[in-house]
Amino acid sequence: MNWTLILPELVLALAGLAVLVGGVIPKRDSSFAINMAVLGSLLVAGVLVLAQGEGTAFAGQYVSDAFTKFTKLLVVAGAALGVLLALDWNVKQGLAKFEYPVLLLLSTVGMMIMLSANDLIALYLGLELLSLSLYVVAAFDRDNGRSTEAGLKYFVLGALASGLLLYGASLVYGYAGTTNFDRIADAIAATDTVPFGLVIGLVLVLAALAFKVSAVPFHMWTPDVYEGAPTPVTAFFASAPKVAAIGLLARVVAGPFGDMAGQWQQIIILCSLGSMILGALAAIGQKNLKRLMAYSSIGHVGYALMGLAVASEIGMQALLIYIAIYLFTNVGAFAVLVAMRRNGQALEKVDDLAGLGRTDPAMALAMTLFMFSMAGIPPLAGFFGKYFVIGAAIQGGFITLAVVGVLSSAVSAYYYLRIIKVMYFDNGVGALDARPASLSVVLAGTGLFTLFFFAFPGLFLSAAQAAVTALVG
Amino acid sequence: MFDIGLSHFLSVSAILFVLGVLGIFLNRKNIIVILMSLELILLAVNLNFVAFSSALQDLTGQIFTMFVLTVAAAEAAIGLAILVIYFRNRSSIEVDDVSTLKG
Repeated sequence: MNWTLILPELVLALAGLAVLVGGVIPKRDSSFAINMAVLGSLLVAGVLVLAQGEGTAFAGQYVSDAFTKFTKLLVVAGAALGVLLALDWNVKQGLAKFEYPVLLLLSTVGMMIMLSANDLIALYLGLELLSLSLYVVAAFDRDNGRSTEAGLKYFVLGALASGLLLYGASLVYGYAGTTNFDRIADAIAATDTVPFGLVIGLVLVLAALAFKVSAVPFHMWTPDVYEGAPTPVTAFFASAPKVAAIGLLARVVAGPFGDMAGQWQQIIILCSLGSMILGALAAIGQKNLKRLMAYSSIGHVGYALMGLAVASEIGMQALLIYIAIYLFTNVGAFAVLVAMRRNGQALEKVDDLAGLGRTDPAMALAMTLFMFSMAGIPPLAGFFGKYFVIGAAIQGGFITLAVVGVLSSAVSAYYYLRIIKVMYFDNGVGALDARPASLSVVLAGTGLFTLFFFAFPGLFLSAAQAAVTALVG
Repeated sequence: MFDIGLSHFLSVSAILFVLGVLGIFLNRKNIIVILMSLELILLAVNLNFVAFSSALQDLTGQIFTMFVLTVAAAEAAIGLAILVIYFRNRSSIEVDDVSTLKG
């Protein structure tokens, strides 16, 4: 048995247990050391993912290929950025507990298992490890009514989505006779007419995964949870788990259900159209930045799903590039949100950014870059993401998708540009508190990525190409 | 007496599943009822898996059931923990009170 394949997950899981033991040793203020230990183990896991061999392990439960490497590296990077964003915030909010980095670490293990799942059982266990950790971090500010309400809402709706996923999985198991992705694909290829139960199962599984990526019509929880959860937690929700869920969705539809493209394509197209339109329209009137970013992330998921809806290799490649760019741009924008603090009080209204162009030009410039990038203005990274997905849609003949994509991009530019207008042209109350060094590092890193993506797109293109080839086979 | 076959098990499990989903959406009283509905959904799923496992003469379904049971226990623990901290902040677990976040 080829158990060495799961070395990255194994190392992370063991590090999680070790760190947990370190955390309960009664010693005051161990949280910084634990944060560093978690960052270190994420780094080690990232290196191990790069060096990972390819193949399947555990009787076909686990698969490692170029696709899992690409998505896992993104997820590990997103998790590390999530830990970095929370470093200073948690101390200032009185939330510097060692459990936070440990929960992020465990959710990363869940995401990696999810991305490597080649069986419904592994898929379910990975997804639950992720979800259970996320429910807890959403309610992490446990003396705050809004945070606990966010946790409660996320838990109830997330558990319902898990129930739908399981019911779908049981139908797939019953009608395909197996839970292994490869054998499900064989079973579907062997039948002339796909059994009705299998279609129902597929629809339920897709509905649950659409919930996890917060695509319309399963997005209802997103704005509430994003607004209520502590800001670094929201930043984490909008980055790594979203990338992992989109990666999982891509594997599920392209792997076991590749031959049922006719059935799932319609669902993904509807989700994509709905998400793009809602993301563009619902964010317009928002005054709370976290709520605005929630609708913005729903819109971005719509674009990513456009790449999936095309059901071609070019579309998948566009999807992977889109989520990679989205991850870094989004973390950057959230770094600005985390840094918003005046007289020790955390701020989250759009109007609180007023005057930032004068009081903190560097951060205002970074935020401008992220907003322009999300609006899709060349030559920033976000433009290339939109360019590739819309190009793939046009090549595949999905003109409606492409037109709606361009129009909703134009509409959403309104609220991205409004943020820039508030920063540079409105009069503010005063300067924000000095931003901590960890946030400056994240801002600089993601800002440079967003600005200079056009200089090295080939690196991402070839990696995404290899990933898609491995996925579609 | 008539024979009880796969379709009977699937019907019972489908009824349980629908009851669970309706219990979440039609329930206007308190959140504990929602947690019970979630458990009902998971039990419907388990029944489905076991019935298919027996009909297919394949053990995978029963192994899946074991995992679902384990995860359901962890899920219930976390759900109740979140409910407790929510109650501490709000002194209420009425479903209609969970509505300060909107817009």
